[in-house]
Amino acid sequence: MSSIAVDPPRNYASEENTIASWLLTRDHKRIALMFFASITAFFFIGGAAATLIRLHLATPAGLLQPSVYNRVFTMHGVVMVWFFLIPSIPATLGNFFVPMMIGAHDLAFPRINLASWYVFNLSGLVLLYALVMGGVDTGWTFYTPLSTIYANGYVFAAAMAVFINGFSTIMTALNFVVTIHRLRAPGMLWTRLPLFVWGIYSVSVVMLLATPVLAMDTLLLAVEQFLQVGLFDPSHGGDPLLWQHMFWFYSHPAVYIMILPAMGVVSELIACYARRPIFGYSGMTIAMMAIAVISFFVWAHHMFVAGISIYAAVVFSLMTFFVAVPSAIKVFNWTASLHKGSISFDAPMIYALGFVLLFTIGGLTGLMLATLAVDVDVHDTYFVIAHFHYIMVGGTVSAFFGGLHYWWPKMTGRLYPEMLARFAAFLTFVGFNLTFFPQFILGYLGMPRRYYTYPPEWQVWNVLSSAGASILAVGYLLPLFYLGWSLIWGRHASPNPWRATGLEWLTSSPPPTHNFERTPVVAIGPYSYDPEDGSYTTQDGVRHV
Amino acid sequence: MSSDVLRPEIQYATLAQQGDTAQLGMWVFLATETLFFGALLFAYFIYRMSYPHEFAEAAKDAVLWCGSVNIGLLITSSLTMVLAINAAADGRRRALVFWLCATAFLGICFLGVKVWEYRLDYVDHVVPAVNFIVKPGAGSAGELFWVFYFVATGLHAVHLTIGIGLVLYMLLWRVRRGEITPLYYAPLEVVGLYWSFVDTVWLFLFPAIYLAGRS
Amino acid sequence: MNHWIPFWPRTAAINGIVVDNLYIAEVAVCVLILAMVFGMMLTFGIRYRRGSTASRADRAKKSWYFEIGWTVGTLVAFLALFVWGAAIYVWLYKSPAGDIEIYAVGKQWMWKFQHPGGQREIDDLHIPVDKTIRLVLASQDVIHSFFVPAFRVKHDVVPGTYETVWFTPNKTGTFKIECTQFCGLQHATMTGDVTVLEPAAYAQWLTRQGVHESLAQQGEALFREQGCSGCHDTNSTVHAPTLAGLYGSLVHLQDGSVRRADEQYIRDCILLPRTFTVAGYPPVMPSFAGQLGEDDLLKLVAYIQSLAADKDSIR
Repeated sequence: MSSIAVDPPRNYASEENTIASWLLTRDHKRIALMFFASITAFFFIGGAAATLIRLHLATPAGLLQPSVYNRVFTMHGVVMVWFFLIPSIPATLGNFFVPMMIGAHDLAFPRINLASWYVFNLSGLVLLYALVMGGVDTGWTFYTPLSTIYANGYVFAAAMAVFINGFSTIMTALNFVVTIHRLRAPGMLWTRLPLFVWGIYSVSVVMLLATPVLAMDTLLLAVEQFLQVGLFDPSHGGDPLLWQHMFWFYSHPAVYIMILPAMGVVSELIACYARRPIFGYSGMTIAMMAIAVISFFVWAHHMFVAGISIYAAVVFSLMTFFVAVPSAIKVFNWTASLHKGSISFDAPMIYALGFVLLFTIGGLTGLMLATLAVDVDVHDTYFVIAHFHYIMVGGTVSAFFGGLHYWWPKMTGRLYPEMLARFAAFLTFVGFNLTFFPQFILGYLGMPRRYYTYPPEWQVWNVLSSAGASILAVGYLLPLFYLGWSLIWGRHASPNPWRATGLEWLTSSPPPTHNFERTPVVAIGPYSYDPEDGSYTTQDGVRHV
Repeated sequence: MSSDVLRPEIQYATLAQQGDTAQLGMWVFLATETLFFGALLFAYFIYRMSYPHEFAEAAKDAVLWCGSVNIGLLITSSLTMVLAINAAADGRRRALVFWLCATAFLGICFLGVKVWEYRLDYVDHVVPAVNFIVKPGAGSAGELFWVFYFVATGLHAVHLTIGIGLVLYMLLWRVRRGEITPLYYAPLEVVGLYWSFVDTVWLFLFPAIYLAGRS
Repeated sequence: MNHWIPFWPRTAAINGIVVDNLYIAEVAVCVLILAMVFGMMLTFGIRYRRGSTASRADRAKKSWYFEIGWTVGTLVAFLALFVWGAAIYVWLYKSPAGDIEIYAVGKQWMWKFQHPGGQREIDDLHIPVDKTIRLVLASQDVIHSFFVPAFRVKHDVVPGTYETVWFTPNKTGTFKIECTQFCGLQHATMTGDVTVLEPAAYAQWLTRQGVHESLAQQGEALFREQGCSGCHDTNSTVHAPTLAGLYGSLVHLQDGSVRRADEQYIRDCILLPRTFTVAGYPPVMPSFAGQLGEDDLLKLVAYIQSLAADKDSIR
């Protein structure tokens, strides 16, 4: 863990530093940082919405007018899903590290990568336009005929923002799939790919197959909003449930889009900080691909009470239980990966272990939702909200922060302050549970979603939840400060401060523009850590003691 | 104008790898397009199964001769595209230019027929929300047929226009600068793949729109 | 139960008891699995922390045995939960005929209930205890969802279709009704109360409403006002299907399909007659789409339903 005095003289960030050199770059690493800036901005917007929601719900009387509250929770959903969670890990960590981890000099299509960033920002501008002009109050699910006939005109703008956003997702995913197929360094067999790369690959397949359906959904929604021809309007022969089927056909895989990369990150972190190979590498890759495939067959579990045939519901419940099996395998494998390791509790590891616990809770409550009779009771209540926040926030955001810290030295050449980072990780874990666990109770008590008020007897749980949210907010804001601080005053990082085995750690910190002087030749699989003698072997076959 | 000017980009070891990767990229993109149009066709067929009579009645107003001429134009243009790619592979530059021009020309003819057909549709009062009169037997579900008609053919026309743009780009930029040679003509193959896809979409749209209820 | 901090909803219907048992079992399973995972993480985290003296030798090399083991184990557990949940769901969602059938219309932002005797309520529902209540749900505008936490029953209310929900309350008292599908501005106030009464109190309540016409009678008045009797009367010269005994029978349609004449079918015929023309009849029935609100449609349905019992009396 030696630190060095200066940054390497020529690295991807310092090489040429004009604005044009960044805005017209083809370097996947620069594009990754630019994506990081964009999604962080949206994280703040979505987070501000969340803050307003929890402040409002601390009392039954609330703070906001109902019309404002309805627009705030809609924005929170739209922004967090499409403008933060979905791009977060793939477009930042994936963009930066997939080429490096497979030994490539860049992604297959660098210009498409840059275009993806511009399209993402364009979609963000369209959404901000909708927000500033008055916002949308339909919920992020845009159920018809509320969104097409009874809501305001900015549904059209919001739908268009999501439509454009989808192009960015598809471009990025296409790049990853093609890159991983074609640009692996010699010796980098599929069975030697780090699990993070498998995570990005599996998520990219889902993105490519699901997002086009969303594109058609938003297009038809916009047509209906604009022309009112009856696509989803029963008074003109349309079927409101058709919207739900088409929407959830995308949106269910979408939630797996949000979790698969996180699972990949967690595997990297646990292997490195437990100093041992991940237990059951093949099982982990098969599980990720199984999740990707089965995720397309469970969408109607969002519609158990919507009026679908009860026999269809039974089939979808069964499929939902099936999709839970590979996730369970992963949790057991991560736990087993701690056995006979040599574990240190650095900040990334705290995030990773937190992920495993919180994802387990989220996944187990997902089983309860998959159970038809229970879902009838808790569907559209706070139980569901708690469930998906455990997965998306307790899961994905934890993994994102963990990966950010883990790879921070590589990306920036600086070390972050470790004790402060551990404190922040711990704070988010505590704050998160305090925010969302009471919501399970509220859900079973019967508090519906998207309610701007509630009976006074439920206030105690709402207050606890809001209190937790304030702690969570501090935990999420702290890294902003100390990571920023580290850029200027942090200690310089060596090429491999964590003594990790991936190819990305063979380069300087920060790496040079084209990653490797010469394309590396891969000799072994990932995670060749030996907890017995503390040695590790990087994937080029070189052993370090 | 010689081939040693053409080097693979930094992330590729050889031009061949770059060309193969470009083609894989286009195949992957076409998979997403299949799901995009597939979702539309799915919604169309759901409503057609719910309202078979209304859809059949409404489809009677679809201008069959326009659709048929168009399918002929497009299939022929796929042929000319393949002939262009073969010419590129053989280094026959004049043939390459000729067949590319033919492809673009056929595509433009398609668009011309489409515009004429839209005009006929307008005169016929079958443009939803703009100029629509419910025909007897069609009911409000019939208007749904026409919504799908315009969305589907409109999207297809947009894709075709992009395709024509790509062909012209090949002609006026790449071929003119000598960047399409027997050693490396992958960009042309990629455009050819895209063109074939646009053709294939029409192969599905044609029976769905023009042959509904006419069998 | 501590009333200051609510922890568990009241259970006031047999439906609720069944669901509660499953829920508690699932919570137990979840706690068990979580304890296992957390326990192992804690144990390993302490035992194998960096610098500890525990032996790292002889790590399990073959992982397949474990993986197949816990895969099969989880699959078995999941299937058990699935079967239990599915069985209850099918029971919950196959509405029986019920002792009392009440019609409910959800509209932005209120619930309107119509009792068979013609009594009407808004945001309040009075029912007797220990009777099976069948609710026919319709929406006037957007998708709503009818939810009574204490009964553990919920169903979306979708415009253009009728949904049904049933419950058998087993406790008297007042319980909340909530709308749980976001339906616009005042979604959060689209709540109500279901009051479960002893049979005597319920009978008293019914008579106190001052209603002279049952729902079916109101429907019959509409039947004449809207001109339905012009074609569907036995004396009419128009060749139209007879409605006596229609409800519950199987109908053969023009396109060859067969439908059961339930509430949804009757509603469809009134709104989309040309799509559901009965085989052997001319497609001449006009549509009443846009002319009748959901409450009126339900009255007509109630009237036509009532004709089942009295086969030769369309007056």
